[in-house]
Amino acid sequence: MRKTMTSLLAGIGLVLACGTSVYAQEKELTIFWAEWDPANYLQELGNEYEKETGVKITVETTPWPDFQTKAFTEFNAHGDAYDMVVGDSQWLGAGSTGGHYVDLTDFFNKHKVGEVMAPATVKYYAEYPGGSSKYWAIPLEGDAVGWSYRKDWFEDPKEKEAFKAKYGYDLDVPKDWKALRDIAEFFHRPDQKKYGIAIYTDNSYDAMAMGFENALFSFGGELGDYKTYKVDGFINSDKAIAALDAYKELYKFTPPGWAKSFFVEDNQAITENLAAMSMNYFAFFPSLINEASNPNAKNTGFFANPPGPNGDQFAALGGQGISIVSYSQKQEEATKFLEWFIKDETQKKWAALGGYTCSAAVLKSPEFQNATPYNKAFYETMFKVKDFWAVPEYAELLQQLNQRIYPYMIGGEGTAKETLDALAADWNATFKKYGRGQ
Amino acid sequence: MATTMITTLDRSSRAAARGLSDISIRNLFIIPTILFLIVFNIFPLIYSLGYSFTDFRASTSAAANFVGLQNYRDLLSDPYVWSNFAITAKYVIISVAGQLLVGFGVAMLLNRDIPLKGLLTTLLLLPMMLSMAVVGLFWKLLYDPSFGIINYALGLGTFEWLSNPKMALYAVALTDIWMWSPFVMLLSLAGLSAVPKHLYEAAAIDRAGPFYTFFRITLPLVAPILMIAVIFRTMEAFKTFDLAYILTSQPTAELISIRLYKMAFQEWQTGRSCALAYIVLIMVLAITNIYVKYLNKVKER
Repeated sequence: MRKTMTSLLAGIGLVLACGTSVYAQEKELTIFWAEWDPANYLQELGNEYEKETGVKITVETTPWPDFQTKAFTEFNAHGDAYDMVVGDSQWLGAGSTGGHYVDLTDFFNKHKVGEVMAPATVKYYAEYPGGSSKYWAIPLEGDAVGWSYRKDWFEDPKEKEAFKAKYGYDLDVPKDWKALRDIAEFFHRPDQKKYGIAIYTDNSYDAMAMGFENALFSFGGELGDYKTYKVDGFINSDKAIAALDAYKELYKFTPPGWAKSFFVEDNQAITENLAAMSMNYFAFFPSLINEASNPNAKNTGFFANPPGPNGDQFAALGGQGISIVSYSQKQEEATKFLEWFIKDETQKKWAALGGYTCSAAVLKSPEFQNATPYNKAFYETMFKVKDFWAVPEYAELLQQLNQRIYPYMIGGEGTAKETLDALAADWNATFKKYGRGQ
Repeated sequence: MATTMITTLDRSSRAAARGLSDISIRNLFIIPTILFLIVFNIFPLIYSLGYSFTDFRASTSAAANFVGLQNYRDLLSDPYVWSNFAITAKYVIISVAGQLLVGFGVAMLLNRDIPLKGLLTTLLLLPMMLSMAVVGLFWKLLYDPSFGIINYALGLGTFEWLSNPKMALYAVALTDIWMWSPFVMLLSLAGLSAVPKHLYEAAAIDRAGPFYTFFRITLPLVAPILMIAVIFRTMEAFKTFDLAYILTSQPTAELISIRLYKMAFQEWQTGRSCALAYIVLIMVLAITNIYVKYLNKVKER
């Protein structure tokens, strides 16, 4: 019996020892983000912070498809595994009303973050509810959807001649959505295994929505009124219907099997010589100018999402802000990190490492705009972006959008008007369920 | 029967020397298991039943409100959920029937004296030893219209297996058949080798044809074990998630478990997804019960 007791005590001792060792390093902050290059850049930036202050920064990552699930599982359990999280813009509603994020309004006003960062990034990455002047995050990684294209295909004199003969204007970076469609059609040659365009079609999370939004916003359409939650006459307006048809039209010119494509597939379209143009987030462009990951790096060009028929030009917003998790034991230490992060020098370093800074001053500087072939397009885009709903039930709205639009886009079921009318009805019902607007 | 299961303790064993009785040893082994079951299975099961009558969302701090049968009513009148069930039923039928056909067929072929029979059987079992997620990932490559080996081997050009809404479910079922036919084959082999040889000899003496022998001797004697394979495979196919989730995002191949996952962990409609999980559970239980009834009937014969 005594032996059992001794081993039991030893066991308890061991567990306690392991438990306390976690708390031994007080000066350590954990940031949770998705697994991609910018997270590595953030880790490098964190290493700089450690050199300056002695506080260790660990950026913990998980693959994109699990990102939302894992973060919210931790939030819902009120866990303190992460001190800060670089969350998607759509999470603001759930993060703030759910009590998962620390209110950063005072921090925002004290440090005038609203003036430091580009206005669109403050509006979409930090504020919730829209127009309330309550802030829950600091814009960290600016991102939006842009386009890459094959310069060598576009600049081939024979192609230029043939294009001019067929469409009556010069083959160049598309000036509007009509040109985008024409060029896609022009280069679509399945017999040569060359295809016109690569777009987002994956309906498992927000890929499809982001792709469609590019068309919708540039055609002058809107998802709805973000203040009153009115969607009738917005998402099913004539402009929105024309936009959906324009996006569906592009699907005709995609490589075969393009029905579950997101950022990986769209970059492959360029690296594997599949398509002339490809839609993608700016965050995925660094690998396209790297010869190690793109054999066509020298021949890859970039452009911002082109305007629609009425000259409106917008792009779907990606990117994230960094928030302090309210269950963290080290909120004060985390605030200090954020103070350091918003400094101009830090933002310059962040941009130099490969992060997409949201700092208005850095974005406007010529050195930033000339640093890469796509920075200028990024700068242009970041001042004309729009985003999806950020309400806590955004995932239901997203699911309804996928449910309605995908069968029309890919399966050709029904018409654009029927699709969007049905979507408006779904969204109305959801907003009604949560008591919004009406 | 139950009492004879507990054998008495060997008097000279260490446990006996310490004064532990049979009962306390039994408890020592069983109680932790039961506790484990209660904490990780029974308790969440009952707790989630409670949640299924509320509008609880795990992602918010708002309190859960009791909504009665609202979740069940909404789910059962949601055409999308019904279409998910129809898709799942179609998938189960195709995939289980396919596995039965292929598995039993291969078992018939293997049920004779051939060289390297042991090695062959082991190699044929490999697919079911792989992880579902891995199988999904590499079948996605095999099905690829541009560089996939399936189109290349069959000369199908750029046939779209997974992005064609009409084909996607069959493609997933095909993968499942490839993966799980070996399981049916293994069970069938066990059944086939247990058929007494003298029955075949008697049939041969009576000049019974191969079809007659198969339908009157082989099939009836293997049926009970085949039924067990069907029960297992039906339950598993009903719950298929990873394979379908990885292979395709076609709404025409959205199985009920994928819908459940989205509802629970992307939309965080915790209450409603608990209700859906219960509906699925009841369906699986009902189907299994029908099978078990039938199995008992087959055994009685």
